[in-house]
Amino acid sequence: MSSLLVILGVVTITFVVSRLVPSDPASLYAGARARPAQVEQVRQDLNLDAPLMSQYVSYIGDLLRGDFGISFATKRPIAQDLRRFLPATLELAFAATALSMLVGIPAGVAAAARRHRPSDTSLRLFAVLGVSVPVFWSALLLQLFFSSKLDWLPLAGRTDATTSFNEVTGFFLVDAVLSGSWSNVADVAAHLVLPVAVMAAYPLGLTIRLIRGAMLEVLGADYIEAATVAQVPRSTVLSRLALKNSLLPALTILGLTFAYSVSSAFLVEAVFAWPGLGKYLTDAIVRVDFPVITAAAMVIAVVYVAVNLILDLVQSWLDPRVQLS
Amino acid sequence: MWYFMRSRLGVAAAAVSILFIVAALLAPWLTPYADAGRGVPDLSIRLQSPSWSHWLGTDDLGRDVLARLLFGARTALVVAFGVVVLSVVVGVIVGAVAGYFGRWADEILMRVTDMFLAFPPLLLAVLVAAALGASLRNTVIAIAVSWWPWYARQVRAQVLSLRERPYVRAVQAIGVPRRRIIALHIVPNALSPVWVQATADLGAAVLTAAGLSFVGLGPRPPTADWGTMISEGRQYVLSGQWWIAGFAGVAIVLVAMAFNLAGDVVRDVTDPKTRQHLS
Repeated sequence: MSSLLVILGVVTITFVVSRLVPSDPASLYAGARARPAQVEQVRQDLNLDAPLMSQYVSYIGDLLRGDFGISFATKRPIAQDLRRFLPATLELAFAATALSMLVGIPAGVAAAARRHRPSDTSLRLFAVLGVSVPVFWSALLLQLFFSSKLDWLPLAGRTDATTSFNEVTGFFLVDAVLSGSWSNVADVAAHLVLPVAVMAAYPLGLTIRLIRGAMLEVLGADYIEAATVAQVPRSTVLSRLALKNSLLPALTILGLTFAYSVSSAFLVEAVFAWPGLGKYLTDAIVRVDFPVITAAAMVIAVVYVAVNLILDLVQSWLDPRVQLS
Repeated sequence: MWYFMRSRLGVAAAAVSILFIVAALLAPWLTPYADAGRGVPDLSIRLQSPSWSHWLGTDDLGRDVLARLLFGARTALVVAFGVVVLSVVVGVIVGAVAGYFGRWADEILMRVTDMFLAFPPLLLAVLVAAALGASLRNTVIAIAVSWWPWYARQVRAQVLSLRERPYVRAVQAIGVPRRRIIALHIVPNALSPVWVQATADLGAAVLTAAGLSFVGLGPRPPTADWGTMISEGRQYVLSGQWWIAGFAGVAIVLVAMAFNLAGDVVRDVTDPKTRQHLS
């Protein structure tokens, strides 16, 4: 129930920002080159002369019916586009999350196990570097080196122009595997490398630091000391006893990573011409296609919120100490 | 101040921050190409690589990149302080009212705050900037709209604990008006965690604004802007003219890092509990 309220909150903010903030929403919704008659048409269609409350009710009603409005640049229903572009963004976010978990957790454990403490200064410097480099700039640098200079990886897009297979799920890695051709899989994977690396960089650093911190805390606990005294092998202590209790924070990071990936994807997608929700959003910004901007931003925000909510649920299920409010 | 000096990173961060502010304030006097910095094109010297006369090269309109960076620092400075001051002011007012008055004021204000907190900040800024139209002033407003709730929550928590302190009870008992109590006795003491956040946020504001201008929601040309330089220089990077987007990115990274580290130092200085971590 409260989770539905949070989603309603996101929708409400989108409504308020798109209807109250612009000086004349109708002309913004109709586009810069619309004729006065078209602006009037939009005003009628969206009920913009009605009191705010009844606008709100019809806005929510439209959304519930799956009506996200019409892009005035392409004249296509936005709902269709959203459905088409969502899997590409999710694929990117899933891959980035998987990468930062698969690399970050072992690296964090290793960092804690060796107790080799890099100096406070270099740790801090590294952490700060992670939050200070704009993703769209590091994406550009990677493109320059790995695609343009070395020609190891494709520059942009999801596949080569010559690659084609049935889009069953919209997740190209899955679709390529289903097509049964290794060259398809290799092509899709190669296109994923750079955008995923860019998106995973910051969460990866975060994961290593948090897992290391959680492990160090657990390793100081009495039961670990008892196991060590009882001559349980060090590797068993680390992987079976300590790691298990460090994974709860890992779950939190998993959610943070996914949410971060989804909401910052548009900057990465813009650089790599990745045809996802983010690229849809940034293209709409360039064309000042306001209905698309609001719908895309709202859907991304809803995905972000939903991920956080699911994670809260899982966490309260795994850890009885966490109470849902 | 002594703690500031003891940390080498702190010194470096302070140096870069001061350099940035000085560069922004003195931009027209620091470069022989002030006109280019303001946006006057010279198509006869388009896309020249770094040289003695143009240290960081020239851009696609023949403007000196260093001059553009210096003038871009002015934009970044306005955005950074504009965003932080605006969101701190709104956050402090909302947080103090909610925390001090409690009951329905608290309930309403915190529900609204939570609603804003649930929305991913970067996207909210995009949404507001798109609704307002792209300009420097609107960038500041858009980012502040997505940030004030963080300050409001922090201030409210502080005010809640301060409200019950004996000294506050004392001024209440002698009949000092409530507005005076909040402004003079509560808010100043509630601000210490805010300073840490605010310092680090100066860097985050520069980064966020760069992201907004990268997707086309920044200040209009000919205003010099680092994010716009990256997005406009982008098409030339792959053909070998890397210096426009390259140096603009370096400027953003340096300033964002400096303010972030400065935030750490401010925390260490204001919070005695973390002092021993400084080396």
